[in-house]
Amino acid sequence: MSDTFFSAPAHWHWLVVLYFFLGGIAGGSYALAALVTLFGRGAHRTLERVGYHVAFFALLPCPALLIADLDRPERFWHLFWMSQRGGPMFKWWSPISIGSWALLAFGVFATLSLLAVRGEHHPTGWLQVFALLRRGLAGKIIAVFGGFLALFTAGYTGVLLSVTNRPIWADTPLLGLLFALSAAATSSAVLLILLRRGETASRAWLERMERASAALELGALALLVVWLGPVSRVWFGVWGLALLGFALGGIVVPLVIARRAAVLASALLVAGGLVLRAVIVLSSEAIPKTGV
Amino acid sequence: MTEPVGFFTDTTVCIGCKACEVACKQWNELGATAGGQNELSGMSYDNTRRLDGEHWRHVKFIEQFSPDRSEARWLMMSDVCKHCVQAGCLEVCPVGAIVRTEFDTVVIQSDACIGCRACLPACPFGVIDINPVTHTAQKCTLCYDRLQAGLVPACAQACPTASIQFGPIADLKKRAAARVEQLHAQGEKRAYIYGDESILGGLNAFYLLVDKPEVYGLPSAPALPTKRLWLSSLFTAAGATLMGLFGLISLRTRRENKP
Repeated sequence: MSDTFFSAPAHWHWLVVLYFFLGGIAGGSYALAALVTLFGRGAHRTLERVGYHVAFFALLPCPALLIADLDRPERFWHLFWMSQRGGPMFKWWSPISIGSWALLAFGVFATLSLLAVRGEHHPTGWLQVFALLRRGLAGKIIAVFGGFLALFTAGYTGVLLSVTNRPIWADTPLLGLLFALSAAATSSAVLLILLRRGETASRAWLERMERASAALELGALALLVVWLGPVSRVWFGVWGLALLGFALGGIVVPLVIARRAAVLASALLVAGGLVLRAVIVLSSEAIPKTGV
Repeated sequence: MTEPVGFFTDTTVCIGCKACEVACKQWNELGATAGGQNELSGMSYDNTRRLDGEHWRHVKFIEQFSPDRSEARWLMMSDVCKHCVQAGCLEVCPVGAIVRTEFDTVVIQSDACIGCRACLPACPFGVIDINPVTHTAQKCTLCYDRLQAGLVPACAQACPTASIQFGPIADLKKRAAARVEQLHAQGEKRAYIYGDESILGGLNAFYLLVDKPEVYGLPSAPALPTKRLWLSSLFTAAGATLMGLFGLISLRTRRENKP
């Protein structure tokens, strides 16, 4: 038996699952938009605009979800400022600490990018000043730093689970990889749904991203089960069925029907991303501390 | 810093009286579970069942019976926070609420804790839980307030058989080694110390056991959660880089194919 079975559950439930899911979509959408901002040579204006919008609005509820999940929500500021000694609170080796700062910084960049694309799209009124943020070096710098923070937000949640002593989470280093791939798949799927009448070039690129990330995700999931070895026995039962449902309905079926029913395929991929995170988080939470 | 102190718990002399549990609850003013309602476990003579936010001491009953119940073996062990030299809870706490004291013990400062519950799954022994009154993570403080006043922790003072012994670590280690030797001489060859330097740099609350750690509900090779940080991060970064590169290449390929 793995030593992880002697630890106690964290009581992380649906609020955390939902945050992992939305954080993945926000991070993925921003990263995709930033990639075409940097290397798309202006050929994907709609994709950039929609991508930055999705990033902002998917990120918007995340801090509220996390604060609501605290047992002492009114003390959330202790994450940023040492409550007793004063001074900034930062521990790079604590995933929640570095994640809180990353979320804050990503929020700033997501807001700047949203204002910039809105300013560009509505060239009259006060918003137009922000269009400057899209031009020249400023635009590149925002895309580079924002894109990095977006990828961090999409992936660190898996690392956070692994930096514990819980069954499944601590028994594999692959959760961050799996969540990052899922973030790429779910966000390209969301963007494809929103851009279903968008530019052909953008759609073709997103479709390639969607399929590649979904296929890699399936591979990562298979590797995860092998890596867990005997620990994966905890999935015998309802959790295993849910995971199988995710692998088939959330990856295989969308890959097969992508050409015939693109919107349905994308919708299934997005739903799969939620199921994946729910199974990973809740199946470990359901294991009580081993008694004697 | 004063001398490191801790507990040496000799499970062979524990009689399961739970005086330590009661003394702990009284001194630390921990409330009764479920408003004092009598809740039976239904599967054991032990009704506390586990350490949590309002049980900082727990006397485990290991009840082993043969299928026809003609033979029985009872092991008792007063469990507590191990005050690890390398403490996982302290490392993962994002607000610095968990500190190491001048006595080399590990204490959660309740007024700084935000209740994010990162320390609960980080502890390899599953010691910490949320206290339903304060809504913060709580566990044994090794009676920090009593130590500062020069007193012995409440549980050790209450223990009627000296199963729980308190003192400077160096002193306790000598006593533990002598006790193991004594038991070996008496024919109890299985006796050994759980919690020397090989486990998380040493447990400041260590045990004398007479069976495998798992039998007592203890991990045989507990690990620091943060030791998993690098490999996990590396895989994640590799995944993100892979998708980024794929995105970049597929953007360029499309352009080249254009007339």
